[in-house]
Amino acid sequence: MEKKVEKLDRVTIRFAGDSGDGMQLSGTQFSNTSGTMGNDVNTFPDYPSEIRAPEGTLYGVSAYQIQFSSTRIHTYGDRIDVLVAMNASSLKVNLSKVRKGGLIIVNNAGFGKKNLELAKYDVSPLEDDSLKDYKVISLDMINEVRAALTGLDLSVKNIDRSKNIFALGLTYWLFDRQLDSTEKWLQIKFGKKPALFESNKKVLKAGYEYAKNSDLFPIQYKIQDAKLETGTYRNITGNEACAIGLTVAAKKAKLPLFLGSYPITPATEILHWLSGYKKFGVKHLQAEDEIAGISSAIGASFAGYLAATTTSGPGLSLKVEAIGLAVIMELPLVIIDVQRGGPSTGLPTKPEQSDLLMAMYGRHGEAPLPIVAARSAADCFEQTIEATRIALKYMTPVILLSDGYLAQGTSPFKVPKIDDLPDISVKFWTDPETFQPYNRDPVTLARPWAVPGTQGLEHRIGGLEKEDITGLVTQDPMNHEKMVDLRAKKIEGIANDIPPAEVLGEQEGDLLVIGWGGTYGAITDAYNQLRSEGKKLSYCHLVHLNPLPANIGEILSKFKRILIPELNSGHLKLILQSKFMRPILGLNKVQGLPLKADEVEDKLNELLKEGK
Amino acid sequence: MTTTLIDNIIQQPHEGPLATSPKDYKAPIDVRWCAGCGGFSILAQTQRILATLGIPKEKFVFISGIGCSSRFPYYVDVFGMHTLHGRALPIASGVKIARPDLSVWVATGDGDGLSIGGNHFIHAARRNVDLQVLLFNNAVYSLTKGQYSPTSLEGQITKSSPLGVLDDPFNPAALALGAGATFVARAYDRDAKTMQFMFERAAKHKGFAFVEVYTNCVIFNDGAFDEYTMKDSRPEHTVELIHGQPLVFGANQDKGIKLDGFTPTVVSLTDGKYSKDDLLVHNEKDSTLAFILANMTYKPNLPRPMGVFQAVDRPSYNDKVVWQLDHYSKVKGAYDLEELLKGEDSWEIK
Repeated sequence: MEKKVEKLDRVTIRFAGDSGDGMQLSGTQFSNTSGTMGNDVNTFPDYPSEIRAPEGTLYGVSAYQIQFSSTRIHTYGDRIDVLVAMNASSLKVNLSKVRKGGLIIVNNAGFGKKNLELAKYDVSPLEDDSLKDYKVISLDMINEVRAALTGLDLSVKNIDRSKNIFALGLTYWLFDRQLDSTEKWLQIKFGKKPALFESNKKVLKAGYEYAKNSDLFPIQYKIQDAKLETGTYRNITGNEACAIGLTVAAKKAKLPLFLGSYPITPATEILHWLSGYKKFGVKHLQAEDEIAGISSAIGASFAGYLAATTTSGPGLSLKVEAIGLAVIMELPLVIIDVQRGGPSTGLPTKPEQSDLLMAMYGRHGEAPLPIVAARSAADCFEQTIEATRIALKYMTPVILLSDGYLAQGTSPFKVPKIDDLPDISVKFWTDPETFQPYNRDPVTLARPWAVPGTQGLEHRIGGLEKEDITGLVTQDPMNHEKMVDLRAKKIEGIANDIPPAEVLGEQEGDLLVIGWGGTYGAITDAYNQLRSEGKKLSYCHLVHLNPLPANIGEILSKFKRILIPELNSGHLKLILQSKFMRPILGLNKVQGLPLKADEVEDKLNELLKEGK
Repeated sequence: MTTTLIDNIIQQPHEGPLATSPKDYKAPIDVRWCAGCGGFSILAQTQRILATLGIPKEKFVFISGIGCSSRFPYYVDVFGMHTLHGRALPIASGVKIARPDLSVWVATGDGDGLSIGGNHFIHAARRNVDLQVLLFNNAVYSLTKGQYSPTSLEGQITKSSPLGVLDDPFNPAALALGAGATFVARAYDRDAKTMQFMFERAAKHKGFAFVEVYTNCVIFNDGAFDEYTMKDSRPEHTVELIHGQPLVFGANQDKGIKLDGFTPTVVSLTDGKYSKDDLLVHNEKDSTLAFILANMTYKPNLPRPMGVFQAVDRPSYNDKVVWQLDHYSKVKGAYDLEELLKGEDSWEIK
């Protein structure tokens, strides 16, 4: 049949199936291929927290969502345009997120009696009118896969398992994707099993050909490339970006890297990645608990390493006492907190921004430290290096805030050349004549880093209050106040060493949106949309949360109304309100879900309307 | 691997003669323990041994947690950190894993090391991190002024147990053995010579070296160990463990320990029934025996063993880390950080 070709600007596709159906693989391949073809892509894997949820159940549904576009995008898409549903449960769980009029491709082999029961359907949704608002393409993927592989010496189980690759092939034709990137990947993956490589390659092609030749697929869609800056790109998760960021930061600091960590969702992958970087000289200790994780890092820092610890909310709670120790001993340390829903165990796999106040104030005593927050998965790389730079230069622990959304979602990462990245190395103190453990650099107020093995610098530090300059233990009242003041001034002074906050849009006026961390994508997409409609508003996204950029007060003073969208009950709002004594509006969402561009857009439209 | 700034420090040769006098290890600060505290002797013996090891002063690091014992690093003129309650071991582990070139020592107590730091204790022992761990056991919390500790005895009257402790005490030697410590010894504060011997052996042991030191707290638990440490009572109530020697004890060396099945029993060497040939012969390499000996602790009818329970060889964690780094940098090919950055699925936009 004659196929129609339509051009689209952007599409959100979601592969959904049972946990064992290989949806993460289909999604990753679709995303990488789309990136290779020049689209901007943004993804989010969404899988159950159960390790092996019972097959076919509603809570065992695993999904991978990709927004790909011919223009710049910053979220994985609010509404699904195309849902690939491998069984009844995956349709039921995801249907509400599909745009009315959207396309649903179902594997009807996953809609048998048992599947329907597990999905709690009385009647198959393929047989009543429950999908009347959508375009539905229903086919038996198991049948097609078996037909494609007839005659091959493979177990039925292996044959049936490749249905995810078949589904991928369908979508590759549907969106005019090239097969070669996935073929290359299959070759690497099944290098040692040529039979499986051949069968999967065949199935991918079969899916493609099926869509190409079947009347069920009357339209092919084309999405032009996004005209991104030239260079080498890859997709990267926030967690991998943190791991590589630490490794590169160590290289640029001319220091070896030590990670002391304890597994915790959703931060664990940073430990996974770094534990595999032996050939880059990375040492790691999977400690007996969160406390030992940070404690070992403090030991390594004293010994002259770039030391880091990685965790999520409950782990940050456990590390608090040790962070205070690093504050008073003034040792460099990078603490990566991948925020998740709390309190307590909360929502282990879900994103939230509810650790900001804890990062800011969650220690006993006066214990200020710098806080940096990554904006996107790829930005985790840059901010890890920035956190390291500050930690080393100012001899202080630094908290880098990521979240479950950035950690596991991907965004395209323009791969930098290591030589182009700034040198962030510092010098160890070596001169015994002039050495005093707490004699500060007059500009940064950092104390010297004097590491064991340096002759003549033997000294003791610890958690007891130090005498200014000598570092000797003292309880002198005036000295204590002075040291509290010095430690605070040192952190405040970093404001002179970070870029000023930038305002997009009008530089003064009615409405300013301030964001921080992982809400960057949603706010940016909403902001761009409203600006393209000619609306007047401004946007400022903060990376440095402590100290704040030096010009933030001035920026606030130039706007009548300020809105801070946050995935918490108003942490940054509270900080800015108390610091600058002015009311700020909040858009607060605490559902364990990322912020959507639509939600920001709706709120802004409402405010813009009120303003008139 | 590329060289780093720390390599320069590690490779820097020591200039001039080594510090070989105990005085060289005395920090210019007053020792603030109570007069008569067992800590003084432990400190003096440590300083004496450090001076003999042939290690440059700048290569020593002392780490402690919180408690009376944990003041220790302030008094030794080497690199030191006085850290958090219970966390000396993971901090010391971090130092040693990062810098295997350093000699890393931990000063801890029964509260710091076995109560709040109990989890870290068993895991540092299990990993066999190459540390010297001196545990000052005074069977009481002293810095907080006299509450019971995990080695306080059942029935002990303290400020937080006015009617007597209900807990059973930890047996530190058995705990260390159970957790996999490769060197386990017990000494006491009144015996300078034995302490020096133990500390020296601990320093030379490659792996987790644990020395429990019975330490008298003159203020809150005075005399707790007198039975085992005072000249008059010690011979009848302790037995010295000497590798390859039978277990003989008593003021007149007239008693010995014989194994009855797996149960150690006291026999007389003067009633004609048994001779030294019948006695249990100590073997530091025998882990089963080490447990049997450690479990003599707290048994009312048996002398308290003093000395080295066990000294066995097992690769240390820090050595294995170094091996893995070297091995994989060879096996996995060249150091190419650019490739790591690019990953496996990169694409070019032209």
